[in-house]
Amino acid sequence: MLLEQLINGITLGSIYAIIALGFTLVFGVLGILNMAHGEIFMFGAFVGVVVTSNGGSIWLAFLASIIVTSILGLLLEVFALRTLRGKQGVSHLAPLISTIGVSILLENVSHHLFGAGNHPFRVAFAEIKFEIGSVTVYLVQILIFVISVVLMVVLSLWLSKTKAGRALRATAENLETASILGVNTKKIILLTVVMASALGGVAGILVGMSFNSVNPQMGLSMGLKGLAIIILGGMGNVKGAMAGGLILGLAETLVVVYGDSGYRDAIAFIIIIIILLLRPQGLFGQKTSEGR
Amino acid sequence: MSKILKKPLLLLAVFMLFTLAACGNNNSESSEEKTSDGGKIDAKIGVISILSGSGSAYGEAITNGFKLAQKEINEKGELNIELLVEDSAGEQEQALSAAQKIMSDDEVVAILGPTLSTEMNVVGPEADLNGIPIMGTSTTAKGIPQIGEYVFRNSLPEEIAIPAAIKKAVEKYDAKKVALIYGNDDVLTKSGFDTMEKTAKDMKLDIVTIETFQKGQSDYNAQLTKIKELKPDLILSSALYNEGAVIMDQARKMGITVPFVGGNGFNSPKVIEIAGDASEGLIVATPWFAEKEDPKVQEFVKNYEAEYGLAPDQFAAQAYDALYIMAEGLKNAGEADRDALRDAIAEIKDLEGILGKFSFDKDGDIVMEPSVVTIKDGKFQLFE
Repeated sequence: MLLEQLINGITLGSIYAIIALGFTLVFGVLGILNMAHGEIFMFGAFVGVVVTSNGGSIWLAFLASIIVTSILGLLLEVFALRTLRGKQGVSHLAPLISTIGVSILLENVSHHLFGAGNHPFRVAFAEIKFEIGSVTVYLVQILIFVISVVLMVVLSLWLSKTKAGRALRATAENLETASILGVNTKKIILLTVVMASALGGVAGILVGMSFNSVNPQMGLSMGLKGLAIIILGGMGNVKGAMAGGLILGLAETLVVVYGDSGYRDAIAFIIIIIILLLRPQGLFGQKTSEGR
Repeated sequence: MSKILKKPLLLLAVFMLFTLAACGNNNSESSEEKTSDGGKIDAKIGVISILSGSGSAYGEAITNGFKLAQKEINEKGELNIELLVEDSAGEQEQALSAAQKIMSDDEVVAILGPTLSTEMNVVGPEADLNGIPIMGTSTTAKGIPQIGEYVFRNSLPEEIAIPAAIKKAVEKYDAKKVALIYGNDDVLTKSGFDTMEKTAKDMKLDIVTIETFQKGQSDYNAQLTKIKELKPDLILSSALYNEGAVIMDQARKMGITVPFVGGNGFNSPKVIEIAGDASEGLIVATPWFAEKEDPKVQEFVKNYEAEYGLAPDQFAAQAYDALYIMAEGLKNAGEADRDALRDAIAEIKDLEGILGKFSFDKDGDIVMEPSVVTIKDGKFQLFE
C-alpha cells in the first residue's frame, strides 16, 4: 500500500513541478511573479475538457490546449506586462498586481463560459491501467512523471546549449546589457511568457486526466502551490522546481498516510518553512547578493 | 478589542434604528396600496444567493427555483411577488451586507436564503433583530431555526436525513466497519460529519478511519488509498456534490466498490453527470425525489427543464417550495406586513409542496419524512 501512496505522491509532485516550471521561467527572466499562471493552467484544462467531450483525442486536446494557453500568454505579455515595462514611475509591484487582475478576469471568464462546478474529463486513455499484485498503476501516472522529467531536461538543455536559451539567460542577467549586445529582448521575453503558459496548458491536461475534475477555482490552489515550490526550489531554477514539486507532493501524501489528512497542507508548508530556514536561497538557489 | 468593536456596533445600532423607524412608516403605506388594488397583495421578497465563486452552482439552482415559482404565482393573479436578488458569493461578510441592503428597503417583507449555513449564522440574527421573516432553503446545519423566532427553514435538517440513510444502508449491507471522509472547512459538511459520527457510534459501528479534505481539492488519492487498505463495508461521506462526485470517481478507479452514504449536499443529479458510472452505489436520504409519481412533482420537473434546459436538483426544488410557502403565508396574512407574515408562516400546517407536506415546529424548523434513494443504472431510485 505504501508503494501505491508513493505513486500518488510522485504523480501529484510531478504536476506541481510542471506548474512550477512555468512560474520559474517567467520569474527567472522577468523577475516577476506571474499570478495568472494558475488560471492559464486552469484554462488549458478546460480546453482539454471541451476537446475530449466533443470526441477529440487526447493528443488533439494537448495540441489545442497548448495553442490556446500560448495565445493567452501572448496576450498577457502584450497587454498586461509590456505596457508596464520600463515606464517611468511604474512601481516594481505593478506587473504583479496586473497579473492578479488577469487571473481574476480569467477565472470569471471561465466561470461564465463553462459554468461553476466540476467537469469530468472522459478519455479512454485515462482508463488504461496495470495491476501489479494489489497495486494499481495508471498509464497516466507514468506519463505525468515522464513528461515532467522530459520537460525539465529539455528545458535545462535548451537554456544552456541553444542560442535562444543563451539569449534568454542573458536577458535574465541584465535586460539592458543584453539589448545592447544585440539580443532582441522583446522577442525573448514574449517567447518566455508564451512558453511558460504552454507548460501550464500541458499541466492542465495532465491534471484533468489524472484527477478527472476540472473547475474554475482549481487555478488558485495549484497556483499557490506552484509559487511555494519555486521559493522552495530556488527562484528561477529549473531543477529546483522539479525537486520542490516532488518534495511537496510526497510530503502531502505521506502526511495523509502517517498522520491526519486535516493537517495535509499545514504540515507540507511547515516542511517548506523548515527547509527555507536551513537554506534561505532555496534548495538549488545560488547565494547571490546582487539586486535585480 | 472592545474599542475596535464599539464603533461598528454603534453604527449598527443607529442603522437599525433607522430601519425600524422606516419599517413602521412603510407598513401603513403598503396596506393602503393593497386595499386600493382590489385584494391583490404586492410583496417584495429579498433573495440572498451565491451567484459568483465556488458555490455558485447551488445559487444558480436556487434562484432558478425561485424564479419559476414566482412566475407561476404571479400568473395566478392573487399575489404579485417581486424578487430582489443579491449575491453573497458564499462569503459571510458579503451575505451580511446583502441582507442589510435588502432590509433597508422598507417594502421588503421577507428574505429567502442565504445559501450556506455559515452565512445564515451571521444573517439570521440580524434579520431576527430587524423583525423580518427569513427562510433558509438550503441551510441544513444544526441550530439554524433556533437563532430566533423570525428564522425559518424548509430544508430537511441533516440530523434527520443522515441517520435515516445510514440505518437503511447498514441493514441492507449488514455493515460493521465504516470509514468517514468529510470536508472540514464548511459548516454544512462538518455538521453532516458530526451527525454521521454520532449515528455510527450510536449504532455501534466500527469507525476504521476519519479522513478530511478541503473545498476545491482535486486529488483525493492519498485519503482513498488509506481507506481502501482498511476495507470498510460502507463509506460515510459528508461532502458537497462537486467534491463528492470526484471522490467517488477516484475511489471507483482505485477499486473501492463499497457503497457511499452521503448527506444533503451530496444529493444532486450532477453527481451522475460528473462521476458517470462511478456514482453507482451512492445512498442519500432526501426530501426531493424527481421520479416521485406525483403530478405536482412531474409538472415541476417538466416546467423547470423547459425553462432552464436541465434537470432540477434538491436545491431548486427547496427554493421553489419556499416561495410557495411565502405565498401561502402572505395570503393567510392578508397583507404585506413583516410581523403578520411571520405569524402566518409559523401557523402553516400540511401545506402540499413538491417535497412533501410542510409544517413547522415551535422553533421554525421543518417537519417532514425523508425518502432514501440510491444511484442505480445511471439514475436515482428508491433504495430498498
